Amino acid sequence: MSDIFKPSRRAFLRGSAAAAAGITAGAAARAGTPDPLITEVQDWAMSFGEGVDATPYGLPIEFEDDVVRRNVEWLTADTTSSINFTPIHALDGTITPQGCAFERHHSGAIELRKQDYRLMINGLVDTPLVFSYDDLERFPRENHVYFCECAANTGMEWAGAQLNGAQFTHGMIHNMEYTGVSLRTLLTEAGLDAAGDLSDKWVYVEGADASSNGRSIPMEKALDDVLVAFKANGEALRKEHGYPVRLVVPGWEGNLWVKWLRRIEVMDGPVESREETSKYTDTLEDGTSRKWTWVMDAKSVVTSPSPQSPIKHGPGPLVISGLAWSGHGAITRVDVSKDGGMTWETARLAKPGEKMALTRFYLDTEWDGEEMLLQARAMDETGYVQPTKEQLREMRGENSIYHNNCIQTWHVKTNGEAENVEVS
Amino acid sequence: MLKFPKGVATAVLLATTALASTQAVASEKLGLGREALPEEIAAWDVDVRPNGEGLPVGSGSVEDGEMIFSDNCAVCHGEFAEGVDNWPELAGGEGTLADKDPVKTVGSYWPYLSTAWDYIHRSMPYGSAQTLSDDDVYAIVAYILYSNFLVDDDFVLSNENFLEVEMPNADGFIIDDRAETEYPIWRAEPCMENCKDSVEITMRASVLNVTPEDEEASMQHSSDQAEVVQAAAVVEEPAEPELDAELVAAGEKVFGKCKACHMVGEDAKARSGPVLNGIVGRDIASVDGFRYSKVLSEMDGVWTDEALAAFLENPRGFAKGTKMSFAGLRKPEDVAAVTEFLKSHVD
Repeated sequence: MSDIFKPSRRAFLRGSAAAAAGITAGAAARAGTPDPLITEVQDWAMSFGEGVDATPYGLPIEFEDDVVRRNVEWLTADTTSSINFTPIHALDGTITPQGCAFERHHSGAIELRKQDYRLMINGLVDTPLVFSYDDLERFPRENHVYFCECAANTGMEWAGAQLNGAQFTHGMIHNMEYTGVSLRTLLTEAGLDAAGDLSDKWVYVEGADASSNGRSIPMEKALDDVLVAFKANGEALRKEHGYPVRLVVPGWEGNLWVKWLRRIEVMDGPVESREETSKYTDTLEDGTSRKWTWVMDAKSVVTSPSPQSPIKHGPGPLVISGLAWSGHGAITRVDVSKDGGMTWETARLAKPGEKMALTRFYLDTEWDGEEMLLQARAMDETGYVQPTKEQLREMRGENSIYHNNCIQTWHVKTNGEAENVEVS
Repeated sequence: MLKFPKGVATAVLLATTALASTQAVASEKLGLGREALPEEIAAWDVDVRPNGEGLPVGSGSVEDGEMIFSDNCAVCHGEFAEGVDNWPELAGGEGTLADKDPVKTVGSYWPYLSTAWDYIHRSMPYGSAQTLSDDDVYAIVAYILYSNFLVDDDFVLSNENFLEVEMPNADGFIIDDRAETEYPIWRAEPCMENCKDSVEITMRASVLNVTPEDEEASMQHSSDQAEVVQAAAVVEEPAEPELDAELVAAGEKVFGKCKACHMVGEDAKARSGPVLNGIVGRDIASVDGFRYSKVLSEMDGVWTDEALAAFLENPRGFAKGTKMSFAGLRKPEDVAAVTEFLKSHVD
């Protein structure tokens, strides 16, 4: 990575830095020799490319084959109960392609055919029902874009700067456009009169895989915006994301988004399953633990420049870019600091923030070639401001594992490389 | 009455207003789906709750649990529930929850015993979920309690006395209080200038150096290996039997069920199961240094295609007492495929 700038080019950049600063953006330096890519006729300009149907379902071009999910082996005992990370450092916009959206399995990604799929609704309902996949497609459908963030995203940072890359520190997140049926519609179909007063009722949702991951969700949320989804980004869910049907629980931790959804039970209390007691609970400094910490608080991260996405040009125009999101609603503002939080500038949102969905931000700036301590700080529509690591630790200690939404710092060096650091 | 964090209620109100135009909610029933039969509900609705609701009639002793645990669970969780490698420890950790690295086990952390019964019954043993009898589950839970010094060695757990067991950390949990403790503080107008006097770097990721190596380097590495393997294959080619490439590929997929415990290939190391390179044609229980079950170490013979098939179809039928907690491959074609795949990995 240290040879990003070849010596001659580095000397050129250094020598012309002062002059470059005065030149308006876009005024390129005159090249010494003509570029053969322009003056010589290239192969691709003479002969055929690939015909249609060469790839009935395409993958990204080979030049992009480093933009893939990555696993950190030492984190877990085995890949069948593990997690990998979305390459957010290399993506732009807000929609995550399914093929590189992070995976989290508790017993591996199973293959379940639509014909073999059954969804049961039972418990305190008027009529317990079984739906086939085809039944689900006959209910009125909705489309929504939502982020799904694992509660453990950035969890390795509680103890300090550990993994060097936005993919590893913040990649347990994806953002897709879901098509599905609202859970409210399905519960209405089964009838909730039998449940009586709904204010103290719950639904328990469970998956069909061997882990049969199950979580309890208060009825208030279940009837609000929870979706039983079968499409993402226009196409069928991928196997690794719960094909053919998963639950979408907007703004709430990813573990509740049960994959291969097979059963929904209306209950008068929570099950207190393994995933909502021994895991996904947050131990505070004094040893007591918070439970039912479902909402993902506002958070942001600079995706470029970042350790896996260094600055590859010299001083001059630089796009600082990143992602922001909040489980409480829409992102309203993102500030960026280049000096580790001493001063802040407000970044430009690519589009107005949408509720419980990723928001892309840009800071179009001039890099002076000096070191930077890059940070981003998100605000959401409730006025919540993303806290620093120090504020979080002061409040919760270092043992929470989950829900670390701290401000992240990248140390950008004069050669453009970046490193995950912690600052005072 | 349930207490919801205030933020949740607010978000719900806001969302309801904003989504009104895009929500597709059927106001009346559409008559889709069919009524679930009692047998179907009984088959799937097996969750067990803190008050014991859902527990079947049954019982199991610490004594039986010790044996069942050793056969089914110890391969990952250790004979004393202490955890092997990165697999979860189930015992110990008492009084560590406020320490720097708390040890969270069934004894030290889990607030409800029902959670252990429910999880073991539905999701364990890992890779063979839902194969334990109800009494086996009672016995395993009893043994885990014993490993945590919560019951004596003559204890028998049943649906009758289930709620009498006291979990040490039952009162160790509070309901999410961020709306009271954090949000009021962090909903203030943020500082934009002169927010601190100076900034120092206090920690760097490169010091720990735990990030996986970058893609280019690792690709280079693996292609180097591929060349080595190829070169080796060329030398050994005359000695190798001809394999059905399609069957090998199908077997690789089946091997996904084995990978949690067994490795093959150049860098293979023993996990909770031995390395399987060259397994076909090798003496049974012959990997140096691996601790086999008594039954396999005392078994004479060679892993022929037939022996392997018999073992894989019904591990415990073939070797009663094997530590391999795997229910078996139901389809003969899967057995054939995985055998072919294993043959493609020689020593």
